[in-house]
Amino acid sequence: MDELTSTFVNESRDQLTAMEDGLLKLEQNPDDADNLGAIFRAAHTIKGGSGVVECHFIEAFTHKVENVLDKLRNGEIPVSGELSTVMLECCDHLGALLDVFAAGLPRPDDTVQTRGDALLARLTELFLGGGAVRSTGNRDGMLAAEDDNSIEASGGGVVDTDAWHISVRFGPGVLRNGMDPLSLLHYLTSLGEITTLTTLADALPTAEKMDPECCYLGFEIGFQTRASKAQIEQVFDFVRDECTLYILPPNSRIGEYLKLIDELPEDNMRLGEILVRSGALTQAELDDGLSAQSRAPVREAAGEAAAPPPLGDVLVEQKVVHKEVVEAAATRQAVVSEKKALEARVIRVHADKLDQLIDLVGEMVIAGAGANLLAQRSGQSDLIESTSVLLRLVEDIRDSALQLRMVQIGETFNRFNRVVRDSSREMGKAIDLVITGAETELDKSVVEKLGDPLMHLVRNAIDHGIEAPALRAARGKPENGTVQLNAYHDSGNIVIEVIDDGGGLPRDKIRQKAIDKGLIDAAATLSEHEISNLIFEAGFSTAEKVTNLSGRGVGMDVVRRNIQSLRGSVEVDTIEGEGSTFTIRLPLTLAIIDGFLTSVGKASYVVPLDSVVECIELADASAKRNYLNLRGEVLPFVRLRELFAIGGEVPKRQNVVIIQYAGKKAGLVVDTLLGEFQTVIKPLGALFKHLRGIGGSTILGTGEVALILDVPALVGLVTSLEDRRLTAPRQPELLASY
Amino acid sequence: MTQITPTRPAAHAVARRATAALQAQQAAAESPQQYLTFLLGGEMFAVGILNVKEIIEYGNVTEIPMMPAFIRGVINLRGAVVPVIDLAARFGGAQSTAGKRSCIVIVEVSEGDLCNDIGILVDAVSEVIEIPSSEIEPPPSFGARIRADFIQGMGKVAGRFVILLNIVKVLSVDEIAMLAQVAGGDAGSTAV
Repeated sequence: MDELTSTFVNESRDQLTAMEDGLLKLEQNPDDADNLGAIFRAAHTIKGGSGVVECHFIEAFTHKVENVLDKLRNGEIPVSGELSTVMLECCDHLGALLDVFAAGLPRPDDTVQTRGDALLARLTELFLGGGAVRSTGNRDGMLAAEDDNSIEASGGGVVDTDAWHISVRFGPGVLRNGMDPLSLLHYLTSLGEITTLTTLADALPTAEKMDPECCYLGFEIGFQTRASKAQIEQVFDFVRDECTLYILPPNSRIGEYLKLIDELPEDNMRLGEILVRSGALTQAELDDGLSAQSRAPVREAAGEAAAPPPLGDVLVEQKVVHKEVVEAAATRQAVVSEKKALEARVIRVHADKLDQLIDLVGEMVIAGAGANLLAQRSGQSDLIESTSVLLRLVEDIRDSALQLRMVQIGETFNRFNRVVRDSSREMGKAIDLVITGAETELDKSVVEKLGDPLMHLVRNAIDHGIEAPALRAARGKPENGTVQLNAYHDSGNIVIEVIDDGGGLPRDKIRQKAIDKGLIDAAATLSEHEISNLIFEAGFSTAEKVTNLSGRGVGMDVVRRNIQSLRGSVEVDTIEGEGSTFTIRLPLTLAIIDGFLTSVGKASYVVPLDSVVECIELADASAKRNYLNLRGEVLPFVRLRELFAIGGEVPKRQNVVIIQYAGKKAGLVVDTLLGEFQTVIKPLGALFKHLRGIGGSTILGTGEVALILDVPALVGLVTSLEDRRLTAPRQPELLASY
Repeated sequence: MTQITPTRPAAHAVARRATAALQAQQAAAESPQQYLTFLLGGEMFAVGILNVKEIIEYGNVTEIPMMPAFIRGVINLRGAVVPVIDLAARFGGAQSTAGKRSCIVIVEVSEGDLCNDIGILVDAVSEVIEIPSSEIEPPPSFGARIRADFIQGMGKVAGRFVILLNIVKVLSVDEIAMLAQVAGGDAGSTAV
């Protein structure tokens, strides 16, 4: 795939997402004109892009979609549930078409093509057909020949003497493609008479930057003709893909002009200029439109055209222009500057480059630690000082480098609007999605891998969680079920919750099922929490019938495996009849962490600093049992020396690092505490993929490799070992020694 | 440290490029028949030179707990963490003791799409020799005291046999990972 193609595909996917978001918003808020505009622009951009990369099947499809959107924007067809469903399907289809294009296929295969044709047929039948009938009813026969592109004048019939208004901005490639704007204008005169013409050279760069082969010009044209809009548009057919073209029919409403102002590509036009420009060409219509709506009288348009460029309020004061017009122009200016600021804030960077940067920063952290170590050894105070400054800077660089990879989780969450909408309809349930904590940031690589497990959880909540409306009513719950997605930071982890107010998990059923499937012993005593979490075991599903959404019994254990592969954990809390909360805990990043360095014998171990609560001395080292009294709390601990079978003499003083994870506390007994250490995580590789309790490795300042402890897995390992020992009847004497 | 300089395929390629075309062709044809020989418990073994990335001195190995004995640990190879396999233990013998001439040979093993660097601990590295294919015998069906699938062939060098190792089998990541998993469970119960 060449660069142009991949840019097109990527950007189109972004536009598709924007379009989908917009469509979903449209359902809730059908009158939001800005939103409609945004949807239209998204579709238009895709169409334009597909023209540039010569992908005609996408262009053709988007064209129809755009027509419907256009009608919608002009208020010719109402927003309806049916419409958004079809439009969303169109979005999906566009996505599929993009896939086809990205795969380098010349045209979509038959299934995709059939689906596209069916969609188009539905669009035409439902929306375009109706519109066409209306337009022919309204207008004279000439307009019957109009194609679907027509934007209709909303303010009455054709008045022969009134002028059309044409706004055209030629794209930079027009000249290069052998098109001469001048000849187009000449051709235009063959259709009618150009009454006014303003040349816009605003896009023209300074002389040294100007490319003589580029076209920077735009025109505002007043045009008197009896030709139809389609005919006028045909004039610009050859440059249609390359230029921005707005054609306003005579007698358009004032709203049309406001919209035109809104959509003019010029960024830094002064307010007055915008008004004059659109006003000067359409004085009569503006006047008519305003007086027809019996608003404040607008002074003679000549005055308006002659009005000095300065600002809108002066114009209003002089009653030269209507306030509304000024406001629209002012908003536009604000939007322009806002958009500029946004554009400046975002840079697309290839992910590989970022990864490379993070790798280098990792190396720098290691090298810095090495230099610091040497400085400490040398005992030269100024050297120590300068290395410590360096180290602090390295730390800052590390943090900002990692920050580059952080993305807000909101984007991932927002995808579920669609999922909830579609699947709740399919299930015949009314479900609202509430999103909180969307601004919470986490590593991009984590976000990417989070989509699937979240999808499973949300679908499960919709399918199994939320009850059918009748049952909800019977239980005295609000008719609409709620699924909430929440995210927040918690001691170096990110916590993501999927909360539903549905029926909760039926513990008895889970328990019975687990016994049936041989997952637990019939006599086993389990806490409520443990029973609920049985659903994450492989091959477990409580749904009595398999639905389209879930219930195949593969979901939950896949969720758990996916989350575990990100060094995270997932569990569920549920209250029967009131709902369930699925909690996913994930590390913030996969690359560099703050660690706490300890050693046992000659070996060094890093404990993630976020999980360290405090360190104390092991008071009674010879105690047989592995727990201690922490200010009245029972604290179980793990002796690393024993667990890892490390030889060597036990030092006089041993320390306990108290760690906390997911609300539980435990101790790790080590020989010495070496303090904080910036830890660049190096994966141990495929050879050690089954190793439990060790999360990875890192390189110390001395060049030695230290192991990073995976605290939850380590405690889990010890627990299961102890369990095994407790259930092994032949070795009762071993119990005491551990 | 050793009587040979670290050999890398890349270095060979550069050297070859300088020679005449004919020689280059010959060298290319012969290159699969170049072997690095090393000593292990007094016996001579060899691996294909194309697998060998570099040879480093033994030292600074970090042990990994709960692993079978033949996994010595990991080393820091210029920022990359590389596992080290004790070949003697892998062949079922005792762990070799690190001596003055002990070396870690870093070999590149590709299984499917994955390419892993793994270090092997040997008692001493000898030399790079060329063994023409006519001088390679098939492995004996028994008697070598090493799993038959580990042996690629028996090379005849100066009247002695050198065991040519099938390094992909010896260092099969899947198999080692599986053994490690089993050992991890065992280590747990023996660590009491």
